[in-house]
This record gives sequence, structure tokens and C-alpha cells, in this order.
Amino acid sequence: MTQDPLSAFENNIAPPLKIRVLDFWGRLGGGLPRIPLYTLLAAPLGVFILYAFSQGWFFPAPFPETWTTSAFERVLSDSRTLTSLRDSLMIAAAVSLLSLVIGFPAARALGLRQFRGRQAAWLLLYLPTVVPPLAIGMGLNILFLQIGLAGSLHGIVLAHLVPTLPYVTFTLAGAFARYDEAYEFQAWVLGAGAWRTLFTVTLPMIAPSLAVAALFAFLISWSQYLLTLLIGSGRVITLPVLLFSAASGGNPVTIAVLALVFLAPPALVIVATARHLHGGEIREQY
Amino acid sequence: MRDRLIFSPWLALAPALTIIVLLLGASLAYGLAQSLGLMSGLNESSFSLRAYADLFSGQGIAGREFWGSLGFSLWVSLASTLISAFLALLLAFWLSGSRFDTLALNSNLAFPHLVWAIGLLLLLSQSGLLARWAASLGWISMPAEFPVLVRDKYGFGIILSYIGKEVPFLALLIISVLKTQPDGYNLVAENLGASRWQRIRYVTLPLVLPALLSGSLLAFAFIFSSYEVPALLGVNYPRMLPVLALRFFNDPDLSARADGMAISLVITVITLVVAWISLRKGEQ
Repeated sequence: MTQDPLSAFENNIAPPLKIRVLDFWGRLGGGLPRIPLYTLLAAPLGVFILYAFSQGWFFPAPFPETWTTSAFERVLSDSRTLTSLRDSLMIAAAVSLLSLVIGFPAARALGLRQFRGRQAAWLLLYLPTVVPPLAIGMGLNILFLQIGLAGSLHGIVLAHLVPTLPYVTFTLAGAFARYDEAYEFQAWVLGAGAWRTLFTVTLPMIAPSLAVAALFAFLISWSQYLLTLLIGSGRVITLPVLLFSAASGGNPVTIAVLALVFLAPPALVIVATARHLHGGEIREQY
Repeated sequence: MRDRLIFSPWLALAPALTIIVLLLGASLAYGLAQSLGLMSGLNESSFSLRAYADLFSGQGIAGREFWGSLGFSLWVSLASTLISAFLALLLAFWLSGSRFDTLALNSNLAFPHLVWAIGLLLLLSQSGLLARWAASLGWISMPAEFPVLVRDKYGFGIILSYIGKEVPFLALLIISVLKTQPDGYNLVAENLGASRWQRIRYVTLPLVLPALLSGSLLAFAFIFSSYEVPALLGVNYPRMLPVLALRFFNDPDLSARADGMAISLVITVITLVVAWISLRKGEQ
């Protein structure tokens, strides 16, 4: 008598059903107390979604009576939103790229070399993470007015580099501390030039950290409110500036739509780099 | 080639250091100069310690509010930090780092403080979501009956907003420390007859405390010096120091700039001292 292969599988390999059921309830029991925690963590997003898609939602009603995307259409066809979205994206992209290019050699030196004054260089680069943006922005305000950088995208990009450079440099320095330079030497022995070594050996090897560093720079620049306000002199209205002014006295539906529009790019960037994140890396300033 | 690869590290550091030193140095130098009455944009700008004298003696329009604001800032920052640290500790011991929990906590870090505060505003204001639910349950009959939870004079809304952001931050910090600790200590303690509570009290807690202290100080420094959340969730009086600083910096009366700058530098000094202690504690 030949045994049905499937039942053989169930008898021998699969655990008895009873245990699996118990395991399921056990897990659910462990998961149940987490429900309030997850509710709290998701609450702001839930509120934004409720308000953003609501129409004529008057006070005592617990939920919107009609759901609509008309608020989205209204806000997204407003030229102020589009301009601020464009400016925010351009600034954050430029800041990410520039801080990678400037932070890369610095990180290489900090991660691979031991030299006199290394600690001092590290401390100098650490300083912008703890000096309040308020003080940086207020101090730079007059200077940038004098040299004609106030109210321009260039000025804002330059100012954003102050908070982003430390994070980019330290992230990449961490990668270089675990990096073996012998690979570069080998490429050189095999006849590769400096640029070729950079693009075919060095950059691919630290690619995950490059992605995380770019994510930091993007997030910090994207969410920067005070520096932009103080350097932009009211002439450059980025998305956080627009959102803040809406929140100080606008209608809740517009605020919610703007908040969702503001959250979308960071969410996309985080998802794109998620597999390189190990948790706890997105730091305080953002 | 080999020579070029081991180029002077200072040359590689030069671009980054130049930008940081120039911009940070210039901002602090200009800030200091303006707090001393120089470069105020006025014709007769001359060196004076008036702004500082006013602040510390509690005189003048900015000075009258200064000590109250400082106290309010300390209250909000301390309360937020202490409550967050305590809750983070409980959360970290309870969750102990499953993959999904870590992901959920990380997702909170993806919310900028500004957006988190706005979410709270829509949730807790007197015509917000919770007020609507309370009304439809018949607990209140009009918005004004809902308790003032945001934009209140005690700073509860501000504290609540910071707790929501700092608890996940600190909990992730503790979880990452717990992950790197070997199980050995706990096993030895268990073998020696330590109860679950004793193991937490004498083994785990001492292991995570330095990191928690360092992280909490950093959180304190951040809360003490940030503007957006108190500006959105606070009231006109009392105001936290950053809100007060920007108010006088933007005053149409240019001589008030010195006061704004002086307040901003007081904030910076306190923040740097706290951050320095955090750095020292983190090294241990």
C-alpha cells in the first residue's frame, strides 16, 4: 500500500493542528495589548485621512457623511501648493546631492585614517547637530541679506547643508570604518584608474550607506521649517512653510490634505531605502 | 596612485569643514554682534549690554517675560523628557525588539515634529475628532465643553506632542542596546536565584541606563530649543523661549532684535551644555 505523499507530509513534517491553533492564539494574545500602541502610532495619519477626504463634515458627526477627493483636487491645483512642492523637491534634491559629494571625502578621511586632530574635526562636524536651527537661522539672516543670498533657493540650499552634512558624513564614516581599502589597491594593480576604481569598486561597496545618507539629507532638508523661513525671508515658500501657515489658522480639510502631500515624498524615500535601515537610525533633528 | 589614495585627510575634510565652520561661525558671530546692539540695521548702532541686562534683571518688554518663559521652557522640556524616558523604558522591556514592533516604532520617527503636532491639533482641539466623538456619544453638547488639551496655558499639548515623538525614539535606542547585550548576564543572575524583577533591576537596567540618560539629555536639548511645536500648540502667554526669541527678532522695532538674539544665544548656551553632558555620558 503506497501512502499518499501529502498525508505523509502532514503526518511527519507539519506540526499537529492543535499546536498550530494554540500558537495562533498565543500570538494573538501577545499582539492584543499592542493594539492601543499601534492605534496611537497611527492616530495622526488616520486623522489626516479622515479630514482630507471629508466634505461638509459638521461638528457633532463622528465621521464625514460624504467622502470626496475634491479637497485634494482643489489644493493640488492651487499654484501656491505646486510652487512650494516644486521648490521643496528641488531644494531637498540639491541638498542631498551636495551633501553626498561634500560629505563623501570627509567621511572617507574620518572612517579610514588616524591623524592628529581627527577628534577635533569630528567635534566640529558634530556641532551643527546640537546648535539650534533657531540660532543658525537668525544669525545667518543678516549675513545672507548682505551678500544677496536671502530669499533665494541657493541661499536656502547652502543653509540646509549645515544640518545635513554631519548626518551624511557620520553615516558614511561608519561605512568606511568597516571598509577594506585593499579592494581599491587590487583594482589599481589590475590597471583601473582613479575614477574607474571609484565607480566600480568604492561606490558599489558602500552603496547601502550612500542610500541611507541620502535619505537623511533628504528628510532633514524636506522637513526644515525655521531655516527656510529665516533665510527665505518670506519669498521662498516651501511645503513646510505653507503647511505651518495653514495650520496656524486655516481650515482643517486643507491642513490635512497639505499634511498628506507633505508626508508622501518622505514615505516613498523611506520605503525605497527601507531594506538598508536597521532601526533607530532616523535621528532626532528630522 | 597609492599616494593619491592616502592624500592628506585635511584636504578631504576641507570642503565639509569650510562650510560648517564658515556658516556656523558666521551665524554665531552675527548673532552675538546683534545681541550686543551692533549691526542692528539702525543708524546709531553701538555696542551695549542692554539686551542682556534687561533679560537678566527682568526689565523691558522682552525681559519682563524672560524668566517666566525660561521656567515654562524648563517645565515643558523636563516633563516631556522624564515622562518619555519612563514610558520608553516600559515599552522597550515589554516589546523587546520583535521585527514588526521595531518597524512600527520607526514609522513614527518618519513623522516630522511639525506634522505630528498638526495631527494632534486636528485630533484634540475643541472641534477636533475626539470632541466630535465625545459629542456624538452625548458626553458634551458643544465644542467649548471639550477640555482644552492643545493650545492650553500649562503646555500639556506641547508635552503630549513631544511624548508621542520621543517615546519611540528612546524606546528604539534602548532596544538597540538590549540587542547587543549577551544573554549571559541574565542567565547567571537567574542561576543565582534572581527573580524576574531582580534581573530587571540589577542586570538589565544598569546596562541600558547610560544610553537612556544620554538619549534623554539629547531629547531635552532638542525640545528646549525647538520652535515649531510650541508655536503651533502653545498659547501667547506663557511662551517657550524659542517662540519668544523669534517674536522679538521679527519685531518691527529693530532695536528689539538685540533682545531676540540674546534670548536665542541663552537657548544655544543651555542646549550646548546639555548636549555636551549627553556626549560625555554616551562615551561611558
